[in-house]
Amino acid sequence: MAKFTKATSVKDWLNQRLAIEKVEKVMASEYWIPKNINFLWAMGMVLAITFTLLLVSGIFLLMYYQPNVETAFDSVNYTIMQEVGFGWLWRHIHAVAASVVFLIIYIHMLTGIYYGSYKKGREMIWISGMLLFVTFSAEAFSGYMLPWGQMSYWAGMVITNLFSAGSLELNGVVEWIRGDYVPGQAFLNRFFMLHVLLLPLAIIGLIGIHFAALRIPHVNNQDGEEIDFEAESKKYLAGDKVGSKVIRFANDFMSKDMFVVSVFLMFFFYLTFWNYGFAMDPVNFDPANGLVTPAHIYPEWYFLWSYEILRPFSKDLGLIAFGIAQVIFFLLPFLDRSDNVAPANRRGAFAIWFWLMVVDLIVLTAMGKLPPEGAFNTIGLIAALVFFALWIALPFITKSEKKL
Amino acid sequence: MKKELFILSIVVAFSLLTYWLVEPFAHGQMHPHVEIEGFTYSGSSDIAQVDTKISKIKADIETEKGKEKPDTKKLGALDKDMQVAEQRRESKKAFWADVERISALKGNASAGEAVYANCTGCHMPGAAPMGGVVPPLLKTAGALYERNYLIGLIKDPAMASNVDHKFSMTRPHQMDSVKYMVTTDQDIVDVIAYMESVAPKQDEITPEIAFQDACGRCHDVRYNNWTITGTKPTFKDKRDEMAFDIKHLDAQEGITGYMGKLPPDLSMYIRSRGEHYISAFVEDPQQLLLGTSMPRVGVNAESAEKVIAYLEEAGDPVAEERNRVGKYVMIYMIFFILTAFLWKKQTWRDLH
Repeated sequence: MAKFTKATSVKDWLNQRLAIEKVEKVMASEYWIPKNINFLWAMGMVLAITFTLLLVSGIFLLMYYQPNVETAFDSVNYTIMQEVGFGWLWRHIHAVAASVVFLIIYIHMLTGIYYGSYKKGREMIWISGMLLFVTFSAEAFSGYMLPWGQMSYWAGMVITNLFSAGSLELNGVVEWIRGDYVPGQAFLNRFFMLHVLLLPLAIIGLIGIHFAALRIPHVNNQDGEEIDFEAESKKYLAGDKVGSKVIRFANDFMSKDMFVVSVFLMFFFYLTFWNYGFAMDPVNFDPANGLVTPAHIYPEWYFLWSYEILRPFSKDLGLIAFGIAQVIFFLLPFLDRSDNVAPANRRGAFAIWFWLMVVDLIVLTAMGKLPPEGAFNTIGLIAALVFFALWIALPFITKSEKKL
Repeated sequence: MKKELFILSIVVAFSLLTYWLVEPFAHGQMHPHVEIEGFTYSGSSDIAQVDTKISKIKADIETEKGKEKPDTKKLGALDKDMQVAEQRRESKKAFWADVERISALKGNASAGEAVYANCTGCHMPGAAPMGGVVPPLLKTAGALYERNYLIGLIKDPAMASNVDHKFSMTRPHQMDSVKYMVTTDQDIVDVIAYMESVAPKQDEITPEIAFQDACGRCHDVRYNNWTITGTKPTFKDKRDEMAFDIKHLDAQEGITGYMGKLPPDLSMYIRSRGEHYISAFVEDPQQLLLGTSMPRVGVNAESAEKVIAYLEEAGDPVAEERNRVGKYVMIYMIFFILTAFLWKKQTWRDLH
């Protein structure tokens, strides 16, 4: 057992038992971050803040929400939105944050792809991040069921139907997932459980892994430069702050993070109070009705690109394409055969690949929402084919990439 | 700094493009804009709907004739559809021309009172349901509804409500008998003049009254405690509540029989449909939902505004609070940004 002496202060008392000074050093003041970064490196903090907003608003909503097919709709739209003081505010924050969190996730992902922050030891950062993306998607979907409106019901119907695996017609699996032949009380209850317990637990665990994965390979920088963190941090501590290529996580990096966060929050609250329609679909303000199908069924905007990969093909082919699209991003570190860690614009053909991918994802997103008629159908099909062509081309173009 | 702003502008541009595509553009494609007349009821949209139908039949005939072996049976059926549609167009044209002609006449309220006696046989307190609906009391009718619409309604109820497709000689409109009670053009304008003279003034008609009289006989609004059998009170005794609920269920059953489907509860319609859609729908339901059994109600512009105000109160009563709180949050955010900026400046002073 360690030797304890009479504490000289509260800090000392805690230090002897929890080593708080050491923890503070490891986690903040001597956690070294490259200096050569831009505001895109703050997206991690923006995500952490948005997740906190979701968690806190979710806790308040949970106090009044009723997971019952008879009362769920009114508990959200009447009790929370009208009767409870500021209930509307918590709901708007929750709904807008759920949508905006995906915007930031996509920016965060594309930043990683652009700067090559997924290879040469950073593979686990990428993979744990992708796991977070998938878990967030499941969290978003399960949460979407809870207001029990028309879109909740029909999105639940369509997505659980995917598990029948097309021509295999595994209807038993679908019934097992729903706990019923159609979405009903059992369905609502289990998605409620997933949304408020199991998936948030998984997300919190994965965030821990994601942060831990950063420790050894360190954060990438704007030029993909390999930094000797040991030597640079010594330089910093010796007083050469200007010459050192690294900065402290806190307060150096943190102060920049918080500035980006503050600008983001202004934008976020503008959406929360005045422009929330994109995050709260009008159709979902009609109560769930199994006898009336909405004229247009579409997912929330962040699922549209993968929905459009499912839609233009025949049933089985579409499902296979959809399945591949869900996992293909996981393989990015292994499909990129180049050793270069550098911004895409210095990587020749990869730069073209990157911007084509961005444009293609946006085209897929737009076509996923538009009604599948006429020209939209053709554009959607082409965009889906381009998506796969890009992934097939990736190993070849990166293999022949010149070493920087 | 310059580089960061450049990167930011790219991120913002792509985000805005995506937003524009999935929101304004996609919704514009899914819900084409509809023109509204502003509650004047000239019948032009009614006739336009039949015109659209006629051109669709014409196109179908052309395609069929263009085939190598045209199906004569199908062509025959299409020709018949064409005849029916053309007849409908002619009768609609004639009907709305009549309405325009009659509207030029001047009504006499005291002469109208005598004609009005015909109406009170059905439009009276405690009236029995007629085929599922209870004839409304007409106390506020003169102030709620547009004169042109009332003229049309008395002349031919099914035509004015634009639901003539639901009725025929053998299956007449519930109020069809009015045609044989108020027979001359002068009688029509007189009875309307009488209704206008006894109606409350515009400012005496609250959003609540406007909604309950114009829409509330078919539509519940449970967030405002409104049911088609009246405002639901708070009951002390469970049995009284159950008695009320049974009466409500019976009324719903009646109306379902009449309409073919229970008219929806409108509590959240201001959020699910929005003001513009509701306004256009109230003016002419067929224009947005062809074939719907909902009749045109014929409210005037003032009443339509009141109906929307009532629905806002039911579905989005916190709009004002949202604006107020939002402004405070924005002011706070400006200070937050300023403080964060200064902290960053100070922290990074030694780093550059």
